[in-house]
Amino acid sequence: MNSHLILRTVSKFLIPLIVVYGLYVHFHGDFGPGGGFQAGVIVAAAVVLYALIFGIDACKVAVPPSWIRIGMTVGVMLFAGTGVVTWLLGGAFFDYDVLKYDPDHPAGQHLGIICVELGVLFTVATVMVAIFYAFGSRTPDISDEDW
Amino acid sequence: MLNFLNLSQAWIAAEAPVAIVVLPLIIGALCALINKERIAWLLVLLTTLICSALSFVILREVMASGTISYGLGGWDPPLGIEYRVDGLNAPVLMLISVIGVICTLYALRSVTAEIEPKKRGPFYGAFMISFAGLLGMVVTGDAFNVFVFLEVSSISTYVLVAMGASRDRRALTAAYNYLILGSIGATFFVIGVGFLYMQTGTLNMADIALALSESGESRVTQVAFAFIVVGLGLKLAMFPLHLWLPGAYAYAPSFVTAFLAATATKAALYLLLRFVFTIFDPTADFIISALTWLLAVLGVIGMFFASFQAIFQTDARRLLAFSSVAQVGYMLLGVGIGTMAGVTAGYVHLLGHAMTKGALFLCLGAMWYQFGVTRISDFKGLGKTMPWTMGAFTVAGISLIGVPGTVGFVSKFALLTAAADKGWWWAVAAIVFTSILALVYIGRMLEAAWLQDRPQVDGVDVATREAPASMLVAMWALAIACVVFGVNATWPLELANDAASVIMGGAG
Repeated sequence: MNSHLILRTVSKFLIPLIVVYGLYVHFHGDFGPGGGFQAGVIVAAAVVLYALIFGIDACKVAVPPSWIRIGMTVGVMLFAGTGVVTWLLGGAFFDYDVLKYDPDHPAGQHLGIICVELGVLFTVATVMVAIFYAFGSRTPDISDEDW
Repeated sequence: MLNFLNLSQAWIAAEAPVAIVVLPLIIGALCALINKERIAWLLVLLTTLICSALSFVILREVMASGTISYGLGGWDPPLGIEYRVDGLNAPVLMLISVIGVICTLYALRSVTAEIEPKKRGPFYGAFMISFAGLLGMVVTGDAFNVFVFLEVSSISTYVLVAMGASRDRRALTAAYNYLILGSIGATFFVIGVGFLYMQTGTLNMADIALALSESGESRVTQVAFAFIVVGLGLKLAMFPLHLWLPGAYAYAPSFVTAFLAATATKAALYLLLRFVFTIFDPTADFIISALTWLLAVLGVIGMFFASFQAIFQTDARRLLAFSSVAQVGYMLLGVGIGTMAGVTAGYVHLLGHAMTKGALFLCLGAMWYQFGVTRISDFKGLGKTMPWTMGAFTVAGISLIGVPGTVGFVSKFALLTAAADKGWWWAVAAIVFTSILALVYIGRMLEAAWLQDRPQVDGVDVATREAPASMLVAMWALAIACVVFGVNATWPLELANDAASVIMGGAG
């Protein structure tokens, strides 16, 4: 239990920061390098780090696989839903300008891209974790003792 | 501000090109969460029905007022992504969505039999996404967007093929083969698009065509052409790039096989037409020689080679899969002829073969469902034990051979005429000879089914056990379509003629 004490302590401190940094990359995406994809990978990296330090079973308690499945769908819904909202507001699909009109500032474009990228963040993060779980949870066909 | 009630006809007509892609995409993501199989199925059926309705709206609009262009996100075409529907892709959209409805109807029983219960919701989800991807790659007017949708549909198709594993473990290796070759195809395609972008600085198809016609051809254009043809050739199973196809068709769940055989290779073939004729300049020397020496000659070799391979198969689905490779050869020959008549013939064959092969694979799936039939020797007496299924199989089978009165005859006759007009008598001979080969391989199955007695189990004749009604409706819908469009071929010929005149710019 006391092994890797430093690793455990440091990563416990770091994991929330990694997630916050992921969100920073996401929200900064429309001013500089970044965006939903990179942010999603960073958030997923936090989950993977947790699994590496505390074991995949503990990780599955903290981030249940059923949430992961829902997260993938939520991401797609956010992305496509943004388009549907622009439809309902009377614009073309993904015409962000109808979201919020501001004559001297493309406020609608900002809002739209943040929503869409949030969808990307959800889907990328959850798919990354899902792939990690799928490979990480594999049990060998024949266990080592049976050889 | 909310114009909810604005769902008027005009709105639907205007937004249909996007709605037809977005709707199945959303439903696909939802289906992945639904554990109740029936609800997922109902949602899928509803979606495919709405998509068919939308495709009819689009087709009518195109017929009435020509090309529809839709700029996504309010960005005007050369800058933004454009969805562009004209006489060339509107019929393919309709084909994919109508086949989607028919296959979904069929799926109700076949998925229950072939897929593990907890995987059925996600299975329908993957199907919806593949469906959306196919529609997307047909509807879009942006070369890079084509690649995105190509991957959307391909990746979900690999999953669908692999799901056949609960019926036959060989589905896993087949899906893996398909994955590797499909990815190579997509990579080649995107490299080609990259070269085009390098040459022209734009990704919009119409804009690329314009830039190419201004700058004239260069080595970069030729390299782009080569990469794109090879990439799409892998996707549409052009001989000798067809090696993924027999395995994938033979071991995928039967509903998936029928859907893929009727749509996936057809969408890729549409893209080939789109790129070769409307983006590149089809009068350029290197394209004319590629059409003649690559598409037409390889098409003919594929017709012979795959037909012979089909004759020597013992597995019924592999037989039909090799026959599909041969049929792709006919379409490529039509394209390779390169005249208005040739492209029209190839296009009619695309539409007709989709119905024919779809019906055949649906029938095979029903035979497996009731009796576990996979090999041709199992066909013994099927005409007596499953008369209706075998009836539909026979109708579609004679359409595949090209007997007059079926859609197969219409397209083969058009192809013969086009080849003869061009003076390619070797091609005429090849079409006739491979049709005889088709008679041999289809005949083997029909002979076993109709002329041999019922098989016996413990000395007792096997009882008649017909396929469930939902399956029968699906397969007969396609079989009847084969006959209806064979007797009265005006409509498909008209569509194909429109498509060919888009390609040839009306000059022919």
